[in-house]
Amino acid sequence: METIMAFVVGALFAASIYMMLRRSIVKLVIGLILLSNAANLLIFTVSGLTRGLPPLIPEGSSLPAGGWADPLPQALVLTAIVIGFGVLAFAVVLIHRAYEVINEDDLDKMRSTDT
Amino acid sequence: MLIAVLSGFILAAFAPWLTRSLGDKAGWILALLPAGLFAYFLTWVPVVITDGAQVVHYPWIPGLDISLSILVDGLSLLFALLISGIGTFIIIYAGGYLHGHEDLPRFYAIMFSFMAAMLGVVLSNNIITLFVFWELTSITSYLLIGFHHEQKDARWFALQGLLVTVGGGLALLAGLIMLALAGGGSFELSEILANEDLREYGFYTGMVILILAGTFTKSAQVPFHFWLPNAMAAPTPVSAFLHSATMVKAGVYLMARLNPGIGGTELWLYALGIFGALTMFTGSFMALRSTGLKAVLAYTTIMALGTLTMLIGIGTEQAIIAAMTFLLAHALYKASLFMLAGALDHETGTKDITKLGGLRRLMPITFVTACIAALSLAGLPPLFGFIAKELMFEAALQAPTIGLFFTVLAVLSAIMIVAMAAVFALRPFIGDLKETPKKPHEAPLSMLIGPVVLASLSLIFGLVGFLPAAALVAPAVESVYGAPIDFDLYLWHGINLPLMLSVLAVALGLLLFWKWNAVLAVFSRMTFIDRFGPERGYEKLMDGLVWLAAWQTRLLQNGYMRNYLITIVLTTVALTGWTLFVHAGSPMPLGDISFSLHEIVVAGLVVMGAIVASVTSSRLGAVATLGMVGFGIALIYVFFSAPDLGTTQIMVETLTVILLVLVLFRLPSFQKLSSTASRMRDAVVAVSLGGLMTLLILAVNAVEVTEPISDQLVAWSYPEAHGRNIVNVILVDFRALDTLGEIFVVGLAAIGVYAMIRLRAEDKAK
Repeated sequence: METIMAFVVGALFAASIYMMLRRSIVKLVIGLILLSNAANLLIFTVSGLTRGLPPLIPEGSSLPAGGWADPLPQALVLTAIVIGFGVLAFAVVLIHRAYEVINEDDLDKMRSTDT
Repeated sequence: MLIAVLSGFILAAFAPWLTRSLGDKAGWILALLPAGLFAYFLTWVPVVITDGAQVVHYPWIPGLDISLSILVDGLSLLFALLISGIGTFIIIYAGGYLHGHEDLPRFYAIMFSFMAAMLGVVLSNNIITLFVFWELTSITSYLLIGFHHEQKDARWFALQGLLVTVGGGLALLAGLIMLALAGGGSFELSEILANEDLREYGFYTGMVILILAGTFTKSAQVPFHFWLPNAMAAPTPVSAFLHSATMVKAGVYLMARLNPGIGGTELWLYALGIFGALTMFTGSFMALRSTGLKAVLAYTTIMALGTLTMLIGIGTEQAIIAAMTFLLAHALYKASLFMLAGALDHETGTKDITKLGGLRRLMPITFVTACIAALSLAGLPPLFGFIAKELMFEAALQAPTIGLFFTVLAVLSAIMIVAMAAVFALRPFIGDLKETPKKPHEAPLSMLIGPVVLASLSLIFGLVGFLPAAALVAPAVESVYGAPIDFDLYLWHGINLPLMLSVLAVALGLLLFWKWNAVLAVFSRMTFIDRFGPERGYEKLMDGLVWLAAWQTRLLQNGYMRNYLITIVLTTVALTGWTLFVHAGSPMPLGDISFSLHEIVVAGLVVMGAIVASVTSSRLGAVATLGMVGFGIALIYVFFSAPDLGTTQIMVETLTVILLVLVLFRLPSFQKLSSTASRMRDAVVAVSLGGLMTLLILAVNAVEVTEPISDQLVAWSYPEAHGRNIVNVILVDFRALDTLGEIFVVGLAAIGVYAMIRLRAEDKAK
């Protein structure tokens, strides 16, 4: 499954870069969302995929039963998801504000600080 | 000793305040420091004569083998005495010359820093500290040349001097590090130079070229000589100090210092000899063409620097004796001449020799002093300069190779220098009084004491040559030659070839002086010299640099985010891909391709969603497929044992979709902005990065993973942190600080969002 996921992550990266290269600022934000998803999935995949062994400790034991998926990458990805959302919310409001002020969503027309 | 070296820096800090509070007498009182230093260094003279070189250690950065070790031997003592002795008079002189100038406090501050830096250069035993002081002299001299910063010329010439010397300084740093490597890793000069194998070092040629690049730029050797006359934009005390007696001699000092270690080879002889001789000739020739008082002296300084370099290159006993004698003689007469030139300029308002005349009655002391100093410059008996010049001719004649070349250039230079010495000493003073911008009168005491004392020393040293020979020159010669030489300095050597050459030079020089107006007329038609000099090369280089900077800024900082992104992506792909290609070696293993149906369906949906989101022209379609990607990824997290990630992703994704729907529909709908060609290009760039990422994951998966570092965290989770959800325990306990940072980031984003929404509300309210 890791091999298949490698292609999924590759496709997500390709789509995100393609969107970020568009001139429309909205597509830039969509590219940003795809990029953060791609990066999260990348970390998750390279840390190894394990089926059906969540890192949870059952009652009456001090270790998860029968092995566990590595919890550390999961913690890192969790942090990344939340921060990614914070950045996204800010970016979305920012582009909306930019559009309100200059009435333009074409990045090529946003090249000077005074527009 | 350390205090002696650094006291200049300390005084520099207080100099502005002292200058203000002391008023008119500031120059006299501040001069007590260099005078005291001079006396202190004098007490070292007997020590060095009887006990030889002394090394004093002060640890500075012991871990890096950098110490403030100080080397006191004949050479460094000669320089230290010149710096502090001439410095004393310069400080007094500056008080008169810049009398009432509003920036005088600043001037003293920089001047003392410069003096301390210069003492640091000549007294450092550690080559790293030597280099630091070396660069400090460049920086302080930049400030001093640009002292009249309101003048465009001064700024330009200051920058020119800085760039040339600091450019050479970079090469010097590399050369000094190679020197340390050649010397077995020690950074102490005394240890490096004791090493006999420096000349057998594998990169000897490169090392010498790098070091010489530093010393030649600093000491204004051809073709880097152009910055020195331009540096005359500085106030005269600066010119007298930096560009006659001290800073430009730093290069000469370093060559002399390293001579016993790396000198004596053919490369050394030819490089120093030929460049030095050409510099000597160029300096004299350019002096002959000049009519400015300071310009003449600046070019004769270049002549002197060339002579010294040539003599060090020749490297015979004779040549080293001549070099050290010439060094002392030159410092004495040149500082005195510069101060006189400043006095003339100060009291008459012009520095053009052709506009001065008949001042002998109005400025008698200046006239007499100028005559004595100029006699020494011209090398006439009974002045000290005569001894130096005789020795120089002798050394040139006895050079181990190309002696004829050295002799011819030396005699030609001497002819022109005699002429210019006569021009300088006589033209402003004889003949009829000429109209000058200011009404001329004798300069104040502060401006005369220095030239008078120094010129008298030229005379006294000439008459009693054994005194400086034993006290100053002999120890210095021993340091430079590497072994003691027994010699004496005296005026009369009998009728020999050097004397005949001197007579010839003086005769022809006086003839040239006689016909100087005609000579100037000829030169004024030869303007092509200025068009093709190395200074044009410097200007072209500077223009080229600006052009290159403008071009690459337009190329790289073009304001299109797309171009930045493409550059970043392609660079990443090229570099990472290349590394992967080189190191992966065997074909990429495909790894684990087992899958269940539900997994492959979700993975397929994610890929499809991403593709549709990128190509759709409908906003709603884009948001919906984006949601599909997000929820698909949440399912993948759940399938592979990460329920926490799954729930977080689902919540975040829901919020994202709502946010996008709310905001995007206030924005214009998608338009087709790019051409098909640019879409194709972007697709290629995007796919190249996607492909790289896929390959990287495959490469990572092919690597045998060691034990995860988180096993300890799992083991601690319940007993220590009392949590059953290990991911949560990591977030809120083991890595709580990270989570705090994360909360901070999210909080900041929230504040930003809130602020922008408020802004919008205020806009609407208006």
